[in-house]
Amino acid sequence: MAATISLHLGPAHADRYENNPATRETPWVKWTVIGISLAFFALFLLLPLVVVFYEALRKGWDAYLAALVDPDALSSVRLTLLAAAISVPLNLVFGVAAAWAIAKFDFPGKSFLITLIDLPFSVSPVVAGLIFVLVFGRTGWLGPWFIENDMKVVFAVPGIVLATIFVTFPFVARELIPLMEAQGRDEEEASTVLGASGWQTFWHVTLPNIKWGLIYGVILCNARAMGEFGAVSVVSGHIRGETNTMPLHVEIIYSEYKFAAAFAVASLLAILALLTLLVKTWIEWRAARARDEEAAEGS
Amino acid sequence: MSRRNALPGFNLSLGYTLTWLSLIVLIPLSAVFIKSAELTLEQFWQVVTTPRVVASYKLTFGAALAAASINAVFGLLLAWSLVRYNFPGKKIVDSLVDLPFALPTAVAGIALTALWAGNGWVGRIVESFGIKVAFTPLGVLLALVFIGLPFIVRTVQPVLEDLETEIEEAATSLGASRWQTISKVIFPTLYPALLTGFALAFARAVGEYGSVIFIAGNMPMVSEITPLMIITKLEQYDYRGATAIAATMLVVSFVLLIAINSLQSWTAKRTGRSK
Repeated sequence: MAATISLHLGPAHADRYENNPATRETPWVKWTVIGISLAFFALFLLLPLVVVFYEALRKGWDAYLAALVDPDALSSVRLTLLAAAISVPLNLVFGVAAAWAIAKFDFPGKSFLITLIDLPFSVSPVVAGLIFVLVFGRTGWLGPWFIENDMKVVFAVPGIVLATIFVTFPFVARELIPLMEAQGRDEEEASTVLGASGWQTFWHVTLPNIKWGLIYGVILCNARAMGEFGAVSVVSGHIRGETNTMPLHVEIIYSEYKFAAAFAVASLLAILALLTLLVKTWIEWRAARARDEEAAEGS
Repeated sequence: MSRRNALPGFNLSLGYTLTWLSLIVLIPLSAVFIKSAELTLEQFWQVVTTPRVVASYKLTFGAALAAASINAVFGLLLAWSLVRYNFPGKKIVDSLVDLPFALPTAVAGIALTALWAGNGWVGRIVESFGIKVAFTPLGVLLALVFIGLPFIVRTVQPVLEDLETEIEEAATSLGASRWQTISKVIFPTLYPALLTGFALAFARAVGEYGSVIFIAGNMPMVSEITPLMIITKLEQYDYRGATAIAATMLVVSFVLLIAINSLQSWTAKRTGRSK
């Protein structure tokens, strides 16, 4: 599923198609296609985004701010930040290790390993939550042991963190593997032969080459970690002020018909999504510029 | 392939990868199948074929298929517009295509509901034509269209960008009309990518939960999706029932994952792209 989350260089100017008689359509066809595309885009992507902010501010700024400083809302923000702060670094370390093994070495079963890393992408979030209930729940494999030792995993914060790690598992690895494969291993080998240690090689040779992909993988991972709903919903137990993340808090106040408050908290998550897309666009812009500079130097 | 590799860290990185993968993904996932084995085959079959659950499969797979088809058409048009034409606001449109990846599903769910409910901006208009969308199976379809769109655009777009214009020039100079060139020359090249995007959107839609439950209405036999059936069983402390349905869904996910991976390598071969 890598194709969908990997960076691409953004839309280039279409002049080379529009000025070529063999690759252009009549203006009538062109504007019809653009019109249909943009209408679909507006209806399915733009309007849902706009409606979040409209509904959030419908009762005015005071109500908006009141919804955000509500103690339950604040505690949900804290829990969301905590879950992301634990799961993102763990998956970052995993992603780098997995990409190093897969991209820099040859071994049997490599493509099967990549498929296994992809698994969390194709598992329903609800099933992702369920598996941790099965392992750590009251009747689960490890549940009784944890209960005896007075530790709660499911319907408590550790379960939320585990479910978040699961759903964001492939992001960094999947971003880095194609990038590091494309770089090959010549530079790293040269560095090793010249006497650098493995860590030195990684910090000074590999990391500068992959940093933009790494940053993108991390922000995508973070967006999903903060926004996950289904998996977290199953393991959380919905205890107000204790085990509610922001998306769960949105659900609860929405189901109590406090729509403006629900959309106010939702608007924070929407802003997070927009920031994520902004960073992505910026990284792509940088990558495109680097490519153009390289092309200019080459010619 | 067998060139000696001088780089360090293979054992450490692979060992770490396999350990972490087993702890977080493989062992917990295996719990679903081991727990399902507590049921006899007959009991298992009974759980996963009760009429209410079967109705949820029909809705989930039917709506996922329809949503992926709708996205295949409009996503292709959108990808085509983004690659082939200049128009104002193109960069913003391109960036926002990824919104469904970045926007939390619960936010998408309540936003779509607000938009398409009877008093919403769009819902008001379609309801004046006698069509109810929110809290019906149509609402499920709508949410799945939302989350599936970027999969199609982002798989088709790079292939379209890599297409050499020489092929079209050759077709045109040989006397093909524009439509013939598009349908007989360009489309066959795009087909594998389009199919991959379709499969990705379908796979995502089958498991989707957050964006659907707000707008679906969740009426038994009518607008309940399969992931919701798992939640319902869990809320009744019917862990075995929930697990049996989860196992069924997992098998479907595995099959789709394998199909998608083969499709992607086929696309790579057809278009000469490595990834």
